[in-house]
Amino acid sequence: MSTQIHAGGAAQIRPAPVRKSIYVDATPERAFDTFANGIGRWWPKTHKTGQSDLDRPVIEPRSGGRWYELGVDGSECDIGKVEVWDPPARLVLIWQLTSEFKYDPHLETEVEILFKEEGSGTRVDLEHRHLERLGKTAETLRQAIDSPGGWGGLLELFAQETSKSN
Amino acid sequence: MANAERVFAALQDPTRRAVFERLRDGPMPVGQIARGLPVTRPAVSQHLKVLKEAGLVDDRSEGTRRIYQIDPKGLGAMRAWLDQFWTAALDAFAAEVERNEQKEDR
Repeated sequence: MSTQIHAGGAAQIRPAPVRKSIYVDATPERAFDTFANGIGRWWPKTHKTGQSDLDRPVIEPRSGGRWYELGVDGSECDIGKVEVWDPPARLVLIWQLTSEFKYDPHLETEVEILFKEEGSGTRVDLEHRHLERLGKTAETLRQAIDSPGGWGGLLELFAQETSKSN
Repeated sequence: MANAERVFAALQDPTRRAVFERLRDGPMPVGQIARGLPVTRPAVSQHLKVLKEAGLVDDRSEGTRRIYQIDPKGLGAMRAWLDQFWTAALDAFAAEVERNEQKEDR
C-alpha cells in the first residue's frame, strides 16, 4: 500500500472517536495482562493482515515496542506499535492498518485502553481516535461496499459481518 | 455480540435516515434539506450534527451558508466498521478474562 496519509488527513471531516467500554470481573492487573500479553487468546482469528493463517498477534511489553501478527508459518506482519506501556492502568497502541486491513507505515491512528478498578472488577475503556487520518484509505472501502450514494449496501455488509462473527 | 443496529445507530433513527437520504440528491444547505421533511430546521441541524460525528456527512461554508454533503471519503463506513470490530473484539476479550477467572476459582 503506497498511499500516503498525512497527519491532518485530506478530509475536513472529523468523526468522533470510536469508544467502547466493558466490565470484567477481574483485577486491573489480570485484565491488562489478558488484553496485552494474552491478545492471542481473544483477538478474532478472522482479522489478519498477512497471507498466512493467523497464529496470534503479539504486543511487545514496552513503550516503543512492536505490535505485529505471527502467522502459523512463522511469518511476521506489522499491525502497528506500542506507544505507552503502563500496566495495569493504561495501554496506548498505534493502529496502522488501512480499511483493507493492510499495514501502512504512514498511517497512524491511536487506540487507548484504560483499566480502572471498579467494585470487585475492572472497567475497560477503549478509544480509537484520529479516524480522519483514515480518509484516503476509507474511500476504497466505501467504493467496495457502497451502492451509489446509498446506505443500503453498508447495512448489508455489516449484517453479513455480524452474522459471520456470531 | 455486535449487532449492525448498534453500529448504525446514526442511521437507525428514521428522521435522521431521511435527512441523510435527502443528501443523495447532492450537496445542499440545511433549509433545503428541511424542506419536505416533517421536522423543524433546528431538528434537522441536530440530526446533521450526529451524522457528522459518525463520519457520514461533511460540511463546508459557502458565504454565509453551510452546505452539507454525504462524506465522499467513506469515513462513516470505516468508523462503523471499526465500531463493529472493537465491539466483537472486546466481547471476546471479556469472555477470555472470565474464563481464566473461573479456572482460578476452581
